[in-house]
Amino acid sequence: MSQTPSTTTSSTRAPGAPATRTVSLYDEPGPKTRRNIRIWSAVVILILVGLVVAGLLQFASKGQLDADRWTPFLSWPIWEYLLVGLWGTIQAAALVAVLGGVLGLFLALGRLSSVRPIRWISTAYIEVARTIPVLLLIYLMLFGLPQLGLNFPLIWKLVIPLTIANSAVFAEIIRAGILGLPRGQGEAGISLGLSRWQVSRFVILPQALRFATPSLVTQLVSLVKDTSLGYIVAFTELLYRGQVLSSFNHLLIQTFVVVTLIYLVFNGALSTFAARLRVRPSKRSARKPDAAATVPIVGRPGLDSV
Amino acid sequence: MDIFVDSAGPLLSAIGTTVLMAVVAGVGALVLGTLIAAARISPIPVLRGAAFAYVQFFVNVPLLALLILAVFALPDAGIIMPLAPTAVLVLALYEAAYVAEAVRSGVNTVGNGQIEASRALGFTLGQTLRLVVIPQSLRAAVQPLGNVMIALTMNTALAAAVGVVELTSAANKLNLVEAQPILIFAAAGLVYMALALVIGLGAGRIERKVAILR
Repeated sequence: MSQTPSTTTSSTRAPGAPATRTVSLYDEPGPKTRRNIRIWSAVVILILVGLVVAGLLQFASKGQLDADRWTPFLSWPIWEYLLVGLWGTIQAAALVAVLGGVLGLFLALGRLSSVRPIRWISTAYIEVARTIPVLLLIYLMLFGLPQLGLNFPLIWKLVIPLTIANSAVFAEIIRAGILGLPRGQGEAGISLGLSRWQVSRFVILPQALRFATPSLVTQLVSLVKDTSLGYIVAFTELLYRGQVLSSFNHLLIQTFVVVTLIYLVFNGALSTFAARLRVRPSKRSARKPDAAATVPIVGRPGLDSV
Repeated sequence: MDIFVDSAGPLLSAIGTTVLMAVVAGVGALVLGTLIAAARISPIPVLRGAAFAYVQFFVNVPLLALLILAVFALPDAGIIMPLAPTAVLVLALYEAAYVAEAVRSGVNTVGNGQIEASRALGFTLGQTLRLVVIPQSLRAAVQPLGNVMIALTMNTALAAAVGVVELTSAANKLNLVEAQPILIFAAAGLVYMALALVIGLGAGRIERKVAILR
């Protein structure tokens, strides 16, 4: 479900903007338009400030802005407590990324395989896993399977459902990367006498993966967000730690605002990294940078074969 | 199969809740998301910045954290709403960011030459958008929007975590009574798949109808 933040359409000809998007939707504003823009800017700022002030007044009226409700979050022990949670988030996300990535790679190859049963199984798995809520799988792990005597360690109750769901998305992203390659690449490999497996291994995948990297990083953001379901499993990750902390200090709003901000900063950094990869692909990537603008299909899992 | 017949009432109403949440939140997200996408390509820098910040915020923060914040924490600040509408509101706000991204990716597919041509013909910004850009970009955005709607339907399940009795929560409750996990969760999964299939097929149909053959 990751959308691709691609290059900006909106920016006027800003100096230093990538050469791929020099076309603007509108002309350089003249004096009249500039005045209108200034007026509208003022209106928008007034509305936004009004909203913020209204919110703050509402918070203040219940004493939620009192200093003693926020100062605890300046102390190191609380941060240490929350950062342990963030570490749990990172661990779970890393496990899912590795397991889901490997599984997704094989599923992508399977879906493009020329062997029919493999193709069918991979396609069926991807389509099923993409359309079942992760929470349902987690409930199955938590409350369903133990009834059958299957009880996994805590972290796996989170990681297995997330891997099932995310491997399907990874598979679709990698498949889009493979399909985005010129046909000639594979054909050239075959004509050189490489086997199909060798073509995949040495020709297709190295290029396709590089091609799909920005979308994979974007999916990583979505994956980190998914680990917040550890809250339900009671796995020690950021949101669950926030929950425990808030039931301890009774600072519900403050705790969850801080937790939200930590997610925002952490994922924001990842998103920025993905956006940078997208605008300026690495030097070794197969395509010219301006091709990046034409690949919104990457990371937009196709529904063609539902 | 008896267990489904015996508790058909609660199950059906739970499915109804899920569908209703998806539809209301979906419509809300579509409207709000389109407005945000419009703000992102507007000539007013402040509006662009605000829309960008909105999208960045909701794309980077987990839905569950927002749901918990809205349902459990905001009442402390005197902001109290009924449970299900709160969940729907949060869901709509959250998915609106993805809708905005999908619509914007549609805008990106409109060729530069077309925009240049319309400007060369002396179209104003409003005319360029209304007559050239939007008709094409909405068509290109159908499939991505379908995917966002599917994700939204899956995300209604998270409302179960804050106490809304919808399909996932009902399936869980039924299982705690009947202890038939595989059967019950598979059935719930099938309902979700059916919903996703309906959305996917619908999006495919709309796309075929409006697609521009190039």
